[in-house]
Formats: sequence, structure tokens, C-alpha cells
Amino acid sequence: MATRIQFENNCEIGVFSKLTNAYCLVAIGGSENFYSAFESELSDVIPVVKTSIGGTRIIGRLCVGNKNGLLLPHTTTDQELQHLRNCLPDQVVVQRIDERLSALGNCIACNDHVALTHPDLDKATEELIADVLGVEVFRQTIAGNILVGSYCAFTNRGGLVHPHTSIEDLDELSTLLQVPLVAGTVNRGSEVIAAGMTVNDWTAFCGSDTTATELSVIESVFKLREGQPAAIVDDMRKSLIDSYV
Amino acid sequence: MLPGSAAPAAGSGMFVPTQTVGTVLCCICGVSMQPNPANMCARCLRARVDITEGVPRHAAVVYCPDCASYLQPPRSWLRAGPESPELMQILLRRLNRPLARLRISLSGAEFVFSEPHSKRLRLKLRLRREVLHGVVIEQTHPVEFTVHDRLCDACARAQSNPDQWVAVVQLRQHVPHRRTFLYLEQLFLKHGQASLALRVASAPGGLDFFFSSRSHAARLVDFLTTVAPIRTQTAKQLVSHNTKSSVYNYKHTFSVEICPICREDLIALSPQVSRDLGGLGPLVLCIKVTNAIALLDPLTLRVHHLEEKKYRAYNFKAALTSKQLVEYIVLDIEHESPEITVDGSRYQLAYAQVARASDFGKNDTMFTVRTHLGHLLNPGDLALGYDLYGANLNDDDMDTAMMRHSLPEVILVKKSYEKRPRTRRWKLKRLPVEEDGANKAKGEEEKRADEYEEFLRDLERNSEMRFQIDLYKDEDYRSEMASTIGDDVPSVPIEELIDDLSLGDDDEDEGEDANAHAGMVA
Repeated sequence: MATRIQFENNCEIGVFSKLTNAYCLVAIGGSENFYSAFESELSDVIPVVKTSIGGTRIIGRLCVGNKNGLLLPHTTTDQELQHLRNCLPDQVVVQRIDERLSALGNCIACNDHVALTHPDLDKATEELIADVLGVEVFRQTIAGNILVGSYCAFTNRGGLVHPHTSIEDLDELSTLLQVPLVAGTVNRGSEVIAAGMTVNDWTAFCGSDTTATELSVIESVFKLREGQPAAIVDDMRKSLIDSYV
Repeated sequence: MLPGSAAPAAGSGMFVPTQTVGTVLCCICGVSMQPNPANMCARCLRARVDITEGVPRHAAVVYCPDCASYLQPPRSWLRAGPESPELMQILLRRLNRPLARLRISLSGAEFVFSEPHSKRLRLKLRLRREVLHGVVIEQTHPVEFTVHDRLCDACARAQSNPDQWVAVVQLRQHVPHRRTFLYLEQLFLKHGQASLALRVASAPGGLDFFFSSRSHAARLVDFLTTVAPIRTQTAKQLVSHNTKSSVYNYKHTFSVEICPICREDLIALSPQVSRDLGGLGPLVLCIKVTNAIALLDPLTLRVHHLEEKKYRAYNFKAALTSKQLVEYIVLDIEHESPEITVDGSRYQLAYAQVARASDFGKNDTMFTVRTHLGHLLNPGDLALGYDLYGANLNDDDMDTAMMRHSLPEVILVKKSYEKRPRTRRWKLKRLPVEEDGANKAKGEEEKRADEYEEFLRDLERNSEMRFQIDLYKDEDYRSEMASTIGDDVPSVPIEELIDDLSLGDDDEDEGEDANAHAGMVA
């Protein structure tokens, strides 16, 4: 189910929040509406944690994580690190890494199995990613942009990439990630996908500028409709059809 | 794709996989399309975004109905025809500022038809502007211009006072005849110098040209300095002045005086002048007047060109002018030296025995003189010359010259031909000159007609003078003189004549066409 929300009148949701299958991080500040939107959807399933990273609110672009772990930049303060370690479940490994490219959210995009990284990332960082997040790491570019973390968003079920991605690239990425991919936009034609939305296996949150068309594309590629109507029909069919005479 | 590398150049030997662009859905209407910077399909873009917001739809231009020109603020008036490129330029310049302020660029403009009397000009502009994330949209936009009528400054001034002149050129020459002015008139016609004059009036001793601007008058004066030896004085009179803007309106007067020495004048030089000019004999003949005077010593065949400024230093007058030419009959010619060319004209020194036409047959008075016309004269010819033997002159220099040198009794000037009223196959155009009615004397008209006839005869004789002016073919010429064109009376060859432009009726045109056609075939 995809929801349209705003953070302090700004439609770039993916900048101020980070959503994974095991937890959700939300930025501090602004009105409680933002926080309550996440709470209402997720609070009974996964923890929703309010935090800041390095004193800033742009947490979605600074950190990267999946159900196995969370990677933080070197600008994170010790208190924030401790706070996160406390709030998140124990199986999530919280690690602060020393990397020149400190906006990890812009440089790395991952789901629970595969990660795409900035081509100039350190070798050590790459190994850490493979270790902490438990993923296979590929250095890639998307539509000629090296900031893969910004221009694509993918989960275990599907992915959305920059609209100018060519068909050959789409095929290649799709093979790498083993999920269906589609090129599209978010927030009324914005190409910065990951900044405009945040998504996990069963929910997505988009900026309020997102048009109905974009929302339907997102729901279909990330399979958020859960195929409920189809399931209902199947069940009903079993009860409806008694026997063939 | 290699990490961190740009796409390799085609033809560099590397394999570059083909990149087909995928399709995305338009974020508004959901139609599948090629991705563009706005990621909206063209229709949604055009529907949502109006780039002509803020572009003016109405504007005004000012038009002068008299001279069909449009005002370009603040002050210049440009002539432009209806729906012409100049008009488009004027109209677009009025829209430049608002378009530039909105960062809209113009990619095309065309006129939309509107009735000429509707006082509206319509343009259809194609505007181009960048919107949203670098998408450039093109859109058409109609603009309507309202035409306001207003007389431009020049037309207003002309209408309020059509005779008002700002500058006058007063052309004078203090000689009793008007040959110079007839010749100058033809020169003005050929070079179109009098076209800017408001009017031309004749005054005693010369002509007056009235102009509406000082620069036009100055242009005429500049032309005159190249064709005649003149001396100019300028004066101006204040008409009005605007104290606030310090603009002063004047009436300018150019007094132009032409040197009084004319062609065929006989001049006696004082000993000092004669020495200054290199020993030029005391008697000289003026043979050509351009912006310098050409003086010929008939006995030594030396020509000296005297500039206006030098002339003013000496300021001699003609002793005898062409009015005082006397007819002689040539009795005998003895060539003294071969024919030579001096300054473009041919002369030959010869001894001639002549007698005055009035004496011929009555008495035996004969003169043997040296003349420079040896190449023209044959025994039995008539010639015109100055009679120094019988002349009674009031000239100090001539007296001095007579005392110090022995002067010839006759100086022959030109050959004379039988005077017959002949029709000419050519004609001249005249300037429209306003006659000064008040100053006319009784015999003036006849004198003028005689002078004109003499001028035309002069033209026939002198090919150099003909070269300077335009002669037109006379359509009414009838060659009844065909039988008598055997004698050597000089006439103008037909190659020098110009066909006059006649916007006449059909039969005239047909006749001309037929002639022309025949000429081409032959």
C-alpha cells in the first residue's frame, strides 16, 4: 500500500526517513504528522525510531541498511550510535564506517540480498557492506549517474529506476538484482527516485506531489497490492464450485 | 559498463553496446512516452504550462500618414511599407524588452492579414521558453498592434509652412551674360544636385537655391567647388530659440561667387602676374573653366591652370569677352609647326592672313597674324576673333602690355559656321526656375533666347563640354535636312544621345518597341 505524505511541506520523503523490512528510521523535527503516518502503518510490525545523524535531519541519505544491519557514516555522534543500538532489534548490526563518501544513502542502494554501490567506493567499505549487510555487492551506474543510491529504489520484490535508463541497462540491472525493474518517476516527474520515496516489501511512502499514474506504477512494480483480490477469488472459487456433474 | 568511465568514443575500436531509450509513463496522464526532463507528455506540458504568461498581447505603434513612416522611439522615423520586413523589425523591437525580461526567446514571427484601414497590425509570434527541469517549449502567441496616426516632425513643418526654408545658396557671377548658369543648370540636372531644393529662383546676376536643411545646402556648395572656381561666404540669422532646451533655429545663407573669367575671354596680364605665371605672354585666352581656370597663350601654345585662390590674389578682369567677337574671313593659312596636343585639345601654330568681314570687299585692310587654330582653318573659312587693332579698351593692363610688347592686331578664337536655323535631333532638359517678374527689362527675353541658342551651338562644337552633361534624343526631330548634311557643320553624333523616358500612351510605346526590336535584330 502506498501512502502520500509530506515532511514539513517538503515532498522528498526519502531524504528524511529510511524504511527497511526490520525497522524504520524517521527524522526529528517538524510536526508529529510525519511520525504518526509511519506509526499508524508500521508500529505493530516493526520499530519506528526517531533519530538524527551527525546532528542533521537528512538521515535517509546518510545511512543505508537492510534487515541484517545498518551502516552509518563517520559523522554520526556516539550518542546517536548508542541510541540506535538501543532502539533497534538485536539481530540488526549497527556499524559506523569510515568512508570518504559519507552520504552512504546516496552511494549505496540495497535490499536483503544484493547491493549496488558507487563505482568509486573503497574496497574496505565494500567488504564491510558485504559483511554487515550480508549482501552481494556490485559496482554500477544508473543511466550514466554514479549516485546509484539516489536514482533507484529496490526491494526484494521489485525496483524503480531513473526514467532515462535504457532498455539494455534495465535488462542488465534486472539480471543482477534478480527482481523486475521499471523506469519511472516520482513526485510529479522528479527523477531522483530514492529521495522522493521510501519503500519496503509491503509498504511504500511517497511525496504528496506524486501523481496517480506514478503511484500506480509504484504499487504494481513493488507488488504492494498483495494480489488480494486474486486471492479472494481463488478461495471463493474453491467454495463455489462444488462438483462437475 | 565499466565503473566510473564515460562512454567510449564511437570508432575508437571499442565495442559500445547499443542504447535504446526505454519508455516511461507520463506522470500526469499515464500515456507511454519517451523520457524527457519534465517526464510529462507534450500534451500535459502544453496544458499545464503556459509560457506566454506575461507576454503583452497589445501594443501601439505611431505612423505618419504623409510619409508612410513609423516612429521608432524616441525620435527616429523609419519608412516601411505594409507587411514589409522593415515593419516587422520595428514591431519586434517594441516587444524586445518584455520578452527579454521574461527570458523568452523568439523563434519566428509572421504577419496575420488585417485590413489596411483597420489601423491594426497583427503578428503571430512563436515563443520559446525553458520551463521545469530544462524542458524547452515552443508556443504561438498572437499580438495586436494599434496604429496611431501622427505627423512626423518633417511633415508637420512642411505642412504648416511649405515655403519655409532653412538654408539658401545664392549663386552669383558678375558678368553680363548667363552662359555659366545655363551650363551649371545642365550639370545640376545630370548629377541630381538640385533635387533637394525646395525651390529655385532667378535673381539679377545669378540663381538662388532654397533648402530645408543646412546640410543639403552645404552639399550643393561642395558640388560647386568641384565644378567651378568659386568663393563662399556663410552667414546665419537667428530665427527662434528655445531657452529651456537651448535649441537655436537659424536661417543659413551661403553666398557663392563664381570667378568672372569665362571661356573665350581675352585677358591682358600685368607684368607682375605674367612673371609669376612663368612668363606667360601678356595676352592670354581662357579656354576652359572647371574648378581652375585654364589660360592659353595663343602665341606660344602654353596652357596654365590657375586655381581660385591664386586668382583671388591677382584678381584680373577680362579685357574682351565673347560678346565682342568680330567675324573674320581667312584668306590664307601657312602652317608653322606640326599639330600638337596640349591639355587634351589640339592646336597648331600657323600664320593666317585675315580680313574683317565688314572690310571684305570694301577695302583692302588685311592682317597677318599668328593663330593657334591652324588645324581648323582653311582659306575661305569664317572665324571669330578679337579685334585689337580697332578696339577701344578701358584696361590698364592692356595699355601696359601695348606699351611694352608689340601686340597682334587680331586674336582668332574660334571657327564660325553658317548660321542657319536648324532643327536639332537632340534636346536638353531645363530646371524649373522661378522667374523674378519684378526685375525684368524689356529686351531681356530676346537676349535670353539668343544666349540659349548660342549655348546650344557651343555644345555642338565642344565635345568635352557635351561629355559633362546629358543630351536627350528629341522624338519630334524630322530629318528634312538630310540632303544638306554634307557640309562639315558640327553636329552631335547619335551615339551620345540618351533616350528620354516617356511614360506615355500605347502607340508611342509600340512605336518605340518596334524600333528597339528592329535595332536588336539588325
